Amino acid sequence: MTMTLEGAAKPPRSNTAFASILAALPRIIFAVYMALFFLYLFLPLVVMGLATFNASKFPTVTPWLGTTLDWFAALWADQAMWKALRLSIFIGLGVIAISLPIGTAAALFLNSLQDRSRSFFYALMVSPLLTPGVAIGIATLVLWRQAGVGGGTLLIVLAQASFITAYVMLMVAARLQRFDRTLEDAAIGLGASRLMVFRRILLPYLKPSLLAATFIAFLQSFENYNTTLFVRGTETPLTVYIATKVRTGLTPAVNALGLVLIALTVIAAVAFELSRRSSQRTAKP
Amino acid sequence: MHSLVKRFGPGLGSLILLGVAVWLVGMVLAPNLMMLDFSLRPNLTPAQIGGPDDHYTLVNFSALFADPVHRAIFFKTIWASALVMLTTLVVTYPMAFWLAKVATHRAVAWVTVALIIPFWINEVLRTLAWYILLAFNGPLNVVLVGLGILDTPMRWFGDAGVLAGMVYAYILFMLFPVYNSISTLDSAQIEAARNLGASTIQIHRRIVIPHAKAGIATGCVFTFMLAAGSYVAPALLGAPGSRWFTEVIYNWFFEGGNWNRGAAYALVLLTLCMVVVMATLRIFKVNLADVAK
Repeated sequence: MTMTLEGAAKPPRSNTAFASILAALPRIIFAVYMALFFLYLFLPLVVMGLATFNASKFPTVTPWLGTTLDWFAALWADQAMWKALRLSIFIGLGVIAISLPIGTAAALFLNSLQDRSRSFFYALMVSPLLTPGVAIGIATLVLWRQAGVGGGTLLIVLAQASFITAYVMLMVAARLQRFDRTLEDAAIGLGASRLMVFRRILLPYLKPSLLAATFIAFLQSFENYNTTLFVRGTETPLTVYIATKVRTGLTPAVNALGLVLIALTVIAAVAFELSRRSSQRTAKP
Repeated sequence: MHSLVKRFGPGLGSLILLGVAVWLVGMVLAPNLMMLDFSLRPNLTPAQIGGPDDHYTLVNFSALFADPVHRAIFFKTIWASALVMLTTLVVTYPMAFWLAKVATHRAVAWVTVALIIPFWINEVLRTLAWYILLAFNGPLNVVLVGLGILDTPMRWFGDAGVLAGMVYAYILFMLFPVYNSISTLDSAQIEAARNLGASTIQIHRRIVIPHAKAGIATGCVFTFMLAAGSYVAPALLGAPGSRWFTEVIYNWFFEGGNWNRGAAYALVLLTLCMVVVMATLRIFKVNLADVAK
């Protein structure tokens, strides 16, 4: 309203003011968008984290019933949580034991193929990544039932490994593409055995991608829920434990667990990113 | 095969082949074929196995489309997953463009770290965070009522909660492929278009989006597949009226006790995802090798 009144009195100046607001409008809209984007990304995590310190029995920040650290103590004393955590770590190690060697073998196999057969096997190998996790779990479950094996730790490891191997394969294959094969020929020419070439030249070259793949494989296993849900039998890994807690009595102790896991994953993620960047820098001189 | 043995010697070469065979045959093909076999058999009692009723049948598949509730949930899962996919694309596109073409190197480094953090946190915890935020007496309702935007608290659990939680969970599967494909666009093309008088919308519609189609297709494929196969978000953030197809499958296995029907339903879900993946790749003329980066 004042705008139009002013505009009537002094048309040129308010016109430029209006024009400058109009010109700034895309930037304003974009700033609002950015703010909303990050609010959307972090608000749930912040609320979940803060709720850990609320004395309320149900995890929330409204109303605030007093600040406490009791929920960390409650988490520490929770035997079922420790059991679930130990199981998740054990499963993660089992997945690494299967996925790392097989994924590496798959990358080497793919590397030795040509055009058509190569794209066929490539498609087959990445197909588990494009399959819904529940279907992977179910397929594993029905196959092993024929052999009399029911859901449990073994099937969790096998079902998870069936798609995590594909991640390992992709990571190793990416590095393998840049490998200079003449190094192998040179070593053979100097009298090294095939096995020695593999151990002393190829494996050391692949080492960074193998380490990264180990990390990713463990994390994928540790976080998995959809596949695990169908093959777990009566076992309760950590993700299942958390999801069950929501149904059977959620307390801020679960938030405390979430906060600890977030802290650990942030540290691990930052360390992983830093090492990845520095290795990329050394890879490209 | 021959070159593998030649390169690594017979011992190591056959070990590599064995490893690949164990994985592809034992852990990928055999389970899926067994699931197919399972889905084509009726649910029999142990006494009936080998009897006259023990033959292949399509009854488990026809049951899905004969049951109005399951049919409705199935189609609802499809369009809701498509909605998740589209919403994720709309929400992330400006950010992807900004990261690829506008932001400075430092800003990109910081923002990527900030984006990766929620991504590393597991899906159950991320969904739990939304569960707490959207609770009936939770912070969102308290704030909205306190500000006078709402008169009474809203029940967020249901379709709205599931959509919010899923878009949140899969946002980076869209953002990174789109960002990667936009960043390969030569900025001079945008400049040239602008100098020739193209509007912002024209620039995006005619230059940026066509260039980024591989990334957009990749993001769409992943978000759709993840959304359709999601279990946590509908289970935690849903309401009885917003049941997801995966929940129906779960019930056949662990409550209904009919694994054959559950396997058939899972196979339908699997086929749906495969069809969407193949169709999207075909439409956008994208290679599978570009997807799995």
